[in-house]
This record gives sequence, C-alpha cells and structure tokens, in this order.
Amino acid sequence: MINAHDILETIRMIQDECLDIRTITMGISLLDCIDTDIDRSCEKVYEKIVTRAKNLVPVGQQIEKEYGIPIINKRISVTPIAMLAAAAKGDPVKFALTLQRAADTCGVNFIGGYSALVHKGFSAGDMELIKSIPEALAVTENICSSVNIGSTKSGINMDAVKLMGQIVKESAEKTADKNCIGPAKLVVFCNAVEDNPFMAGAFHGVGEPDCEIHVGVSGPGVVRSTLTKYPDASINEIADIIKKTAFKITRMGQLVGARASELLNVPFGIVDLSLAPTPAVGDSVAHILEEMGLEMCGTHGTTACLAMLNDAVKKGGVMASSTVGGLSGAFIPVSEDAGMIDAANAGVLSLEKLEAMTAVCSVGLDMIVVPGDISAETISAIIADEAAIGMINTKTTAVRLIPAINKKEGEVLEFGGLLGHGPVMPIKHESAAKFINRGGRIPAPMNSLKN
Amino acid sequence: MRAVVTVIGKDTVGILHKVSGICAEYNVNVIEVTQSVLQDMFAMIMLVDITKISGDFSELVDRMTALGTELGLSIHTMHEDIFNSMHSV
Repeated sequence: MINAHDILETIRMIQDECLDIRTITMGISLLDCIDTDIDRSCEKVYEKIVTRAKNLVPVGQQIEKEYGIPIINKRISVTPIAMLAAAAKGDPVKFALTLQRAADTCGVNFIGGYSALVHKGFSAGDMELIKSIPEALAVTENICSSVNIGSTKSGINMDAVKLMGQIVKESAEKTADKNCIGPAKLVVFCNAVEDNPFMAGAFHGVGEPDCEIHVGVSGPGVVRSTLTKYPDASINEIADIIKKTAFKITRMGQLVGARASELLNVPFGIVDLSLAPTPAVGDSVAHILEEMGLEMCGTHGTTACLAMLNDAVKKGGVMASSTVGGLSGAFIPVSEDAGMIDAANAGVLSLEKLEAMTAVCSVGLDMIVVPGDISAETISAIIADEAAIGMINTKTTAVRLIPAINKKEGEVLEFGGLLGHGPVMPIKHESAAKFINRGGRIPAPMNSLKN
Repeated sequence: MRAVVTVIGKDTVGILHKVSGICAEYNVNVIEVTQSVLQDMFAMIMLVDITKISGDFSELVDRMTALGTELGLSIHTMHEDIFNSMHSV
C-alpha cells in the first residue's frame, strides 16, 4: 500500500498549502487560418479554436475530480496574431473580438497570442497590430497580448521600445474606468519563449506543432511551509529541501499534463515548473525568501536568496518531468503576492531592487503599479533597462507595468482576483526622453569575454 | 485501477460503515484499510479497487465529498496515480 505519510502529505499540500495546477494551456497554431480577407480569416480562427479546444474545460474538470487537485485556469495560446494581420488587411481588433468569442464558447479563462515579434524590426502586420493593442485590450476581457522587442541574438529594437512605452500608457488610459486593467494583460518581452503556458505572455510559437498541451504548476506555499520545518538548516541544506519539494510538485504537473494529453488526444508539450504566487494567504514567493532569513523581502540579501530559490526549483523540477520548458522558475509579480505587496507598502521593496531580482528570477518586472502621470518615455526606459538585463544574461525578461491613471505614489490600485492589488510605486522623475527618442537598435551583445 | 479514500475529522459512530456503504453501491471493492483514533481525531486511509466501478468515478468523488460535509469530516477521494507519481522516482 502507498505510504500513509505520503498520502497525508499530498492532501496537506493541496488543502492547507495552496498547491494547485495553475494552468492547463492548449497551444494552437493558426498558421492555416491566414487569409487575405480578414473576415474569412477570423471565421477560420474561430472554427479552429473551438474545434480544437471544445473539450479543454470539461477534460480539465474531469482531471480535477480524478486526482483531487485544483486546476485553476484553462487557457489557450495561439500563433502571434501579427502574422495573420500581415496577410489580412484591415483592423486587427477584429481578431481580438474573434478570440474573445472563441474564449466565451470554450469557457476558457484566457487566450494569449495577440502578439507581435519585432526584436529585429517590424514586418507587415506588426505595426498595425501593436498600434491596435490598447483598443483590443479595452474591448475584450480575456485576451492577452505580448510583444517581443529584443533578444540575445538580435539585440534590442529601440524603435519598438519607444512605441511600447506609448502603448502601455495608452492602454491604461483606455481602461482607466476599469482599474487600468488593459496593461495588466500586456507583456513586453526580451527573449520571449514559444511554449509559455502562463499569462499574460503566452503565445504559440511558429516552431511548435499544430496543437499541444502545456501545464503550469505552482506551489510557493508548499515550499515555504516545508522550509519552516528546518529553521536551523544551512543554505545548501535548504537548496536540497527546495529541490525535493519542486520535484514532487512537478511530478504532479507531469501526471496532469500526460493525462490531459491522453484525454484530448493532443501531444504533450511541456511542464512549466514556476512558483507562481497568488494574493491568497500562504501563497507568496516573498514569504519563502523571508522564511530563508530575511526580515522583509526587498532588503539586502534578497537577490541572493531568490537566485538560490530559482535555481533549486529548476534543478528539482527538471528531473521530475520528461520535458520542461516555458519560463520555469520563481515569478515575482508584485500585486499578486501578499508578501511583495507588504514589502512595497513598507518601502522596503523598490523598483531598483525588483530590477536586480529580475536578473536572477524567471521573468521580469511584473505587475508593478506606477504613477498615472508617468511619461511614455519613462516607461520605455524601464522596458529598455529590463530588456538589457535579459539580452546580456541570455534569459527571458519581461515588463508588465500598470500606470494607475489619476493615482499618485502611495495610493493603491485594486484589480481583484488573481491579479490582486498593488501600491503605486515611486519612480525617478529625471527624463530619459532624449535616449528613447534616438530610435534605432542596440546591437546584439558579445557572448565571449564574459565578465 | 485503484483509488485512495482518506477520512479525517472528529470520530463518530458509523464512519467506516457509511464510507464502505457508498463503495459497495458503486461496486468498488475495498482492498485495505488503515485507521487510527488519536484522542477523538479519526484518520482513515482506504485503498479501493475502481476497475469495475458502476458509474462515473467523479460521481463517487462527489458522493464522498457530500458525505464528508454531512458528517463534518474531510473526505478526499483521489486516484492512486497522484501519490505514486509524487512520492516515487
């Protein structure tokens, strides 16, 4: 018989420590939906998504019952829509409305892929799509958008960086009456990955198969509560404990992914073994760092703790899954993490410290609320800084900033649900406009002579 | 195919009877039971065979959960695969 201790441990993880499968994401290629007529293209997109994903939600619910494990989100990622917009002349927002219609029909939480990849330059469709993002995010609810503006191999497209500063700002203004929700659904990437199951940055890369299933696991609460049992362990012992915990969590993701793939008759893509926090009590990455011995997340030592956590999670998870991919590591979205919110409110966690943390965590500056009167150039400069970290360190970085329209430093912006709430964080007021307005491209970096 | 039913909560008369009654109703064979009562906390782990289950496994899960709510206990019914995969290499 299975060991009683193991059974009770699993149940405790799920019941008391917020262990869950964060998402089952179906990646669907829309390359065969390209058409020169936008309405015809939209119809093909709708048909393909609802045909492929019609059973996604019921299968997710069946697996939840079978294994007794909550699956929080069922999502879809699609081919970057800019590629479809390139052939079909017309307003790309039609695609966003089509995706929303498909999301409603399938009952999924989000569809990601209202995206463009412009790390080296703009091709047909890219500019139209990017300019339509604020409108698309304002008229839809469950559609997510992302733009890749840089990569280690191609450098950073500074024209795109400049443009994205304006788009983020405009997106917040267009949704000012809905708590500026627009930019919470928009990610600006450097080194974007093609098989990411997590929103808002999910899209289905062109190198991926026609249709596949990805799974994103979570479980910061499990890691933290395991660490509380070892108050006097050394750091290498702690790293080992995190590895073992990550292994168990990822095994569950692998099991759920394999089962979903079997039931849906769709190939299994990857397990993304990210520690993704939620605003719920006991589901915070910041609290793991504090458990390691920091009085508050954001103080000196935070970057080192996060680096170790991120690496240990990967090491434990890799062994547990046949294919690991996506973003895999620890997420640090400020508004979605109770510990981060407290640290930001206390003034201990600053934008500068968060930037340092993104050099060692899995993604980037995530869900950070900034004053509503921030200039587009300042947003662009923050994006450029973050992209530079990703480009030089050969890692994915991202920026998801939310300008809180009509709010000032110290006030709070409330989203509710998984997105949580965040204090408006202070920014520097000295301008970077001249730098941003130069345009052009930051050349790709050297990959030797590293120091 | 096997599943694990765990019951945790305050001890009362007839818990085992009621849980195994539902199993019988669904043609689910009880293979092994371990239970302990510590002070008045009751903890039972039951391994059951669901190969010849009559009806849907998810229905059985719902029935067990409802019984748990009725008796003020926490009852989980989960496929054994989750334990095997999480706790063995």
